Amino acid sequence: MSDAGLTTGRTAAQTRPVRASAAASRQRWLWIALVVFAMVLPWLFYGWQTHRHSGFLLTMLSQMGMMIIFSLSYNMLMGQAGLLSFGHAVFFGLAGYSTIHFLDAAGAGKLPVPMELIPILSGLAGLCFGIVFGYMATRQRGTAFAMITLGMGELVATAAIMFHHFFGGEGGVSTNRMIEISLFGLSYASSVQVYYLILAWTVIAALGMLFLTKTPLGAMANATRDNFERAQFMGYDPRRVRFLQFALSGLFAGIGGGLYAITYEIVTFDAVSSALSANVVLMTYIGGATIFYGPILGAVLITLLQSGLSMLSNAWLIYVGVLFIGMVTFAPAGFAGMIEAHGPIARAGRLGRLAVPYLRMSIPGLAVLLGFIGIVELTSFRTIGEAQGKHLVLFGSDIDVRSLVPWLVAVALLGVGGLWLRVEARAFARVWDNLTADLKQRGL
Amino acid sequence: MEIILISLLNGFVYGMLLFMLASGLTLIFSMMGVLNFAHAGIYMIGAYIAFESSRSVGFWAALIIAPLVCGAIGAAIEIYGLRRTHHNGHIAELLFTFGLFFIIERGVQMAWGMLPVPYRVPAGLDFPLFSQYGINFPAYRAFMLLVAGGMLLAIWLLLTRTRIGLIIQASLTHPNMVSALGHNVPRVFTIVFAGGCFLAGLAGVIGGNYQVTEPGMAAALGPIVFVVVVFGGLGSLAGCFIASIIVGMVQTFAVVIDTSLASMLGGLVSWIGTDNLAGEILAVPVSRIGPLLPYAMMVLMLLFRPRGLMGTRDT
Amino acid sequence: MDAPALCLTGVRKSFGPTEIIRGINLDIALGERHAIIGPNGAGKTTLFNLVSGRFPITSGSITLNGTRIDGLEPQRINRLGLSRSFQITSIFHRMTVFENIRCALLWPQGYRYSFWSPLWRQRDLNRRTEQLLEELNLLDRCDLQAGLLSYAEQRALEIGITIAGGASVILLDEPTAGMSHSETEYAVALIKRVTEGKTLVMVEHDMRVVFGLSDTISVVVYGELIASGKPEEIRASRAVQEAYLGTLTE
Repeated sequence: MSDAGLTTGRTAAQTRPVRASAAASRQRWLWIALVVFAMVLPWLFYGWQTHRHSGFLLTMLSQMGMMIIFSLSYNMLMGQAGLLSFGHAVFFGLAGYSTIHFLDAAGAGKLPVPMELIPILSGLAGLCFGIVFGYMATRQRGTAFAMITLGMGELVATAAIMFHHFFGGEGGVSTNRMIEISLFGLSYASSVQVYYLILAWTVIAALGMLFLTKTPLGAMANATRDNFERAQFMGYDPRRVRFLQFALSGLFAGIGGGLYAITYEIVTFDAVSSALSANVVLMTYIGGATIFYGPILGAVLITLLQSGLSMLSNAWLIYVGVLFIGMVTFAPAGFAGMIEAHGPIARAGRLGRLAVPYLRMSIPGLAVLLGFIGIVELTSFRTIGEAQGKHLVLFGSDIDVRSLVPWLVAVALLGVGGLWLRVEARAFARVWDNLTADLKQRGL
Repeated sequence: MEIILISLLNGFVYGMLLFMLASGLTLIFSMMGVLNFAHAGIYMIGAYIAFESSRSVGFWAALIIAPLVCGAIGAAIEIYGLRRTHHNGHIAELLFTFGLFFIIERGVQMAWGMLPVPYRVPAGLDFPLFSQYGINFPAYRAFMLLVAGGMLLAIWLLLTRTRIGLIIQASLTHPNMVSALGHNVPRVFTIVFAGGCFLAGLAGVIGGNYQVTEPGMAAALGPIVFVVVVFGGLGSLAGCFIASIIVGMVQTFAVVIDTSLASMLGGLVSWIGTDNLAGEILAVPVSRIGPLLPYAMMVLMLLFRPRGLMGTRDT
Repeated sequence: MDAPALCLTGVRKSFGPTEIIRGINLDIALGERHAIIGPNGAGKTTLFNLVSGRFPITSGSITLNGTRIDGLEPQRINRLGLSRSFQITSIFHRMTVFENIRCALLWPQGYRYSFWSPLWRQRDLNRRTEQLLEELNLLDRCDLQAGLLSYAEQRALEIGITIAGGASVILLDEPTAGMSHSETEYAVALIKRVTEGKTLVMVEHDMRVVFGLSDTISVVVYGELIASGKPEEIRASRAVQEAYLGTLTE
């Protein structure tokens, strides 16, 4: 127990706000800059001759927005409440289905709600489903909870294919988003307008979820995650805390689903599928479940991989899977966690010390990456590619996937690179440990 | 009447197949606390390996090769993967196997393509064993029962008659105590995990040509196996067996029941009408809801009796 | 004569066929400082678990300030004015020290499950949190993750979380377990300070702490209460000596 704090004259309470607000306002400006960048981005790729926006970019950015909301809502469960759900797409999709019906009603004049406020209804739909399913699921903990969500997810996914009312069976339900009701007089015919709607709602939803983390419920969700029993002995019913958190996460997932419906004008069983539920687990975990903005990173990264890689390679899902497993094993705090881990070092101005070790790791790391990609791609082209009549082209020259040479090269890269990487990684770990031990000694 | 008999037999066969998969999974789950998401993936690998080996060295060799390879894969997964994530907690282990399943599925797709492969019943077993009411009961199904039964016997003997078996039994219900008693628990874990994967591979060999061998088979069967494990309960192989048979029967019988809930409940629900979702749910024939039933069973069981039918610990 | 703060009547607890608590009758008066001692495995922690609602009792009754609390859920018992600490430190290790204490204050301050009140604006709540942290001498560690504190600091935090809510009956389960001599002295002073005016029930093994802090001592052996009274009586009691040291062959 240290007495240092009482002798310095200025208590920690007085220094806290100063330190906290400096770092907080730096972060705030960063996020504002990112939002501004997102607003400007479509114009950077605008075809000034054709007077057309890049459809590809708008689709990708719109998808990112929805997935950001979806992953952040998922992290309300995983990272903040310690609830591992395998059926989160249920709320995204069911709200999506609901929104299609809302849009139908609005277009037919039966629902006088402007387009800008439709996501509120989507959120309410998500909230209702969250309440119903959450009441059942949160009665159990741990693996039982995970299994209940898995079962519910499968139930809804199967029902969505089967039933025609509300779900539209295998074909899904579709609508026209030109409902002609808008606060700003917009028709939302063009994808740019839809994109800005999504961007606005992404910011609103993200701020909403951030606010929630700083309320009593948010604090108690963290507490129940850390220590279920202790929360009880502080007067709280942990089940009720989890139930409320679950319901609210359904609300925000619903907003995402509503935007999905507005953008694509059709919702099918894909929106409630276990594939989407699995996707959000990956996005959130890879981005980082322990930091608030982690899921944002994850959503952006996975969407980029999805849009970009899927065009380059048939096997892009394998890369995502390997990335995921790599994170689970070596970096359970995700990318955000890795970034934040550099925080104390950066604040002490010692970040430069890591430059050379990083560089030394990057070369064998690159070799390992190329070797692995090589093997995967060679295999992929050997089987699927052959069937599709495609050839592997590297730097403009055709590679014969049947000959042994490229295989040997890939395996060599992987093997040699792997061994070398182990050495460099250990050296890096030593440097890192020394730095952190040094900082700890100085009390930072 | 004939339908009931045939369905009983088919349901039993399917149930035994489920048990082969679920037994490994429940052993792993009960002992290590890890719900191995990749288990169905191993099953799929077993089927594909059997397909490849039956093309070159024949089905009977495949019966030995595939399970061994799967067991080796399982051991590798446990030693190089699960052990490292163990200290990150159960959720990390669960997610690890989850990611593994992902990779296995895509890997299989990549290596063998998206279409089903012609993994067929070997010619030596491809004849009707007996004929009843004009429907043939294929000999291969009897063979499946034989293999599954033999496997059940082998497990029972292993668990009750060998030292390692006793340790495994104890670890099923009291893993921490076993460790405290000084047994090499990590090695036992590896053996159990590899053993579970061996069983999954074996299930793949005989199940792959019973069902269709294609990349989606793991995703189709995987959740059902979870249902069985949860339904049967942790720490109990007997419960797992009973649950397998029940689920097998439910799925098989559901397909042949053509009535709907509405017609069974009669005029009681006529006021709901068929023009809305509730009415549609009631009007759909049970044969179509078949796929839903196991999940409904699992959710209900978890809500009201989380330790399953015969579980010794809560899930 | 005030009603007893805590009243155990015929409390029994069996786990399966094994009876751990065999009919304990104990009255703890308002404002009393009561220590429960006994050999290992006697059932002292189990007794705490029964009183605080962690386990249900098999038979008997427990009342808190006149209200029956056996069979109630832990959070209900806590809201009625009873709070406990744990033998194995039970804090929120991923949250900061400040957040730990603040969470302990949330329910007593009436926030319930609010998801609309921003925590950073609750001046009263934050002020109280700081005050308590100051008393615990943890104010300069308040932004540290609780899991990173030293063992003794974590025990202090544990005590802090226990008394933060203002419960009138405090149960402390081996609060000085694993502490060095100076740390123990510090902890005893802390406990004396923060449990001023409250009813304190303590399970302890360190006899200096027991005899220094309590005005009544109960001895539990094999699930039974074999002695209860003032420290001098217990020190002199033959039964207690036998329980701890065994019977001398004469």
